[in-house]
Amino acid sequence: MSAELGAWGVPLAVAAGAIRVSTPFIFVSLGECITERSGRVNLGLEGTLVMGAMVGYGTSYLSGSPWLGVFAAGLVGALLGGVHGVLCSRPRVNDIAVGIGLMLFGSGLAFFLGKPLIQPSAPRLPAIPFGFWSHTPQVEDALRVNVLFILGVLLAPAVSFALRRTRWGLIVRTVGESSDAARAMGYDVNRVRTLATMAGGFLAGIGGSFLSLFYPGSWNEGLSSGQGLMAVALVIFARWNPIRCLYASLLFGGASALGPALQAVGVTSGYYLFNAAPYALTLLIMVLSSSATRTSADQPAELTVAR
Amino acid sequence: MPTSPARASALAPKALVDPESESARGGRLLRRAEPLIISLGALCGALLIFGLFLACDGLNPLDVYAAMFRGAFGTWFSFQNTLQRSAPLMLTALCTALPAQLGLVVIGGEGALVVGGVAAAVAGLAVSSSSPYTVLTVMLLAGAFAGGVWIALVGALRAYRGVNETISSLLLAYIAIALMNHLVEGPLRDPSSLNKPATRHIGEVNMLGAMPGLDVHWGLFYGVVACLAGWVLMKRTVFGFAAAMTGGNLRAALLSGLRVKRLMVFTCFLAGAAAGVAGMVEVAAVHGRANASLVAGYGYTGILVAFVARQNPLGVIPVALLLGGIGASGGLLQRNFNLPDASVNVLQGILFMVILASETLYGRLDVWSFARRANAAKAVSLRVAA
Repeated sequence: MSAELGAWGVPLAVAAGAIRVSTPFIFVSLGECITERSGRVNLGLEGTLVMGAMVGYGTSYLSGSPWLGVFAAGLVGALLGGVHGVLCSRPRVNDIAVGIGLMLFGSGLAFFLGKPLIQPSAPRLPAIPFGFWSHTPQVEDALRVNVLFILGVLLAPAVSFALRRTRWGLIVRTVGESSDAARAMGYDVNRVRTLATMAGGFLAGIGGSFLSLFYPGSWNEGLSSGQGLMAVALVIFARWNPIRCLYASLLFGGASALGPALQAVGVTSGYYLFNAAPYALTLLIMVLSSSATRTSADQPAELTVAR
Repeated sequence: MPTSPARASALAPKALVDPESESARGGRLLRRAEPLIISLGALCGALLIFGLFLACDGLNPLDVYAAMFRGAFGTWFSFQNTLQRSAPLMLTALCTALPAQLGLVVIGGEGALVVGGVAAAVAGLAVSSSSPYTVLTVMLLAGAFAGGVWIALVGALRAYRGVNETISSLLLAYIAIALMNHLVEGPLRDPSSLNKPATRHIGEVNMLGAMPGLDVHWGLFYGVVACLAGWVLMKRTVFGFAAAMTGGNLRAALLSGLRVKRLMVFTCFLAGAAAGVAGMVEVAAVHGRANASLVAGYGYTGILVAFVARQNPLGVIPVALLLGGIGASGGLLQRNFNLPDASVNVLQGILFMVILASETLYGRLDVWSFARRANAAKAVSLRVAA
């Protein structure tokens, strides 16, 4: 099947992967971007992602509507975000540690409640066939674009606009840059941060529902392998800018598709090594974009993640 | 309170938080007992929440807890199972607890365990014709060294490039697992391992045996010794004092001329070495070969152990026993109550969250002096107003 495309199959598959695999990255990184702009880090989005995938799948199975599943996944994400937000509002509670806790708790709870969902098959999200003009099956397949991907692409400029040009965005950024200034202006810092964490959790939950309702498109325990965590790292790489989060997500989606793409054209020797590509890429990017001596000017001043 | 209390306080040793808060004699005793009271309270709180969870599932929580206790500590057999499981937990917990003394949050114990296990298997196979004693020594050193280098990389990236250690350590864990899969599928694969690719077996004679009088392998001894050594190093030596100083106040440590970067890298090396030994123990005492069974979640439970023990290497020992017991009872829950195997993870997750939330209670337990302090503050403000 890949014979007619030959080696061109690889870049095509990577591009297709960039579209297909990147969607959860887009949602999680945009969500984390909002949270981090308010001055907190939620490392638990990995758990939120898995939980969102489970709830989205379950709701879609029970109600027959995948969109209801997406919404339910978002709500559960917001709930987990709320737990993180409220716990971190207590004095002396460390947001990174709570994030680690939430990561373990979210995945554990999803596996616990999702046990009966491994067998049944739920209605999936529809895709729009943009590739109708082509007769090459790979191209057609690559251009079967999910609506959530389009939503995610539109969401990036929307979040960017909201952060820069709206009153809400200004409040979030003020809280993230100087909690003292925000307090002096009469804003409840912890409340703003909790709400920002809930918004981030909502988006991460939606990202999770994409995993179970579109690609790979079923619920099992190995569904997410660190995408949530990589998305958090990606926000640092994107220097807390929603538009750059979008580009970075596309890059990561492509990197994740590299292993399967090479396998499809017959390069099988380093399959497992290529599976490590997205993690290695994340690490490399973090090494290149960090500095021991100065902090990035774009970094919210209240943030502890990249001290 | 001084201006920015929230920052690093979750990791700061208790003694540094408020040294001159109270003069009360009773307060001192209470402050000694404080971590114990709060941790036990948090454990009860977590059991309560998990109990509600079980009740929603239509089970009697007390029945489940009784079964868990029997499954973990009830019989000599189950207790030995618990001991066996707690050994790798002690070692992986050190992987988080030692860097925490410097204020670093390293959560990549799983990766160091895997790397250590693979390195130990490779080294053991390379010298497998020697005496068992030599084989095990070589395996131990190889596992410790490989795991140490793995986490030292995290420390070096943090010290010299400012890369966030929490994220990089977890990414390296995923890379370690992919690397192991690559090696056992390809270059190191034993042709006879069909369904589950693995390295060749290190040989039955070379396996790490049981301790005298027990049915528990020597890994437990390694774990306890490592925890004791970690405690002595961190609480009773100049090195440990330098580490605590760095964790308490980085700027003060730099100003007093401590070599903070080296300290970070070396502490991370020791931390990774501990987790690497856990991998070596899993290979040498349990599986006999390196394969995907190494990825059993010991690294992640180790993080929880370290946090529950409040990053105290000595506290790691009892907490690892407790969580090893919870893990050991998982099978029983599955069989007797038809609970999914993930229920242990749920309980661990709840315990983790409650323990972190209980952090906020420190310094407030002493109700009397807390009230007295509030009164004193009121008196001062009244005087200022007048």
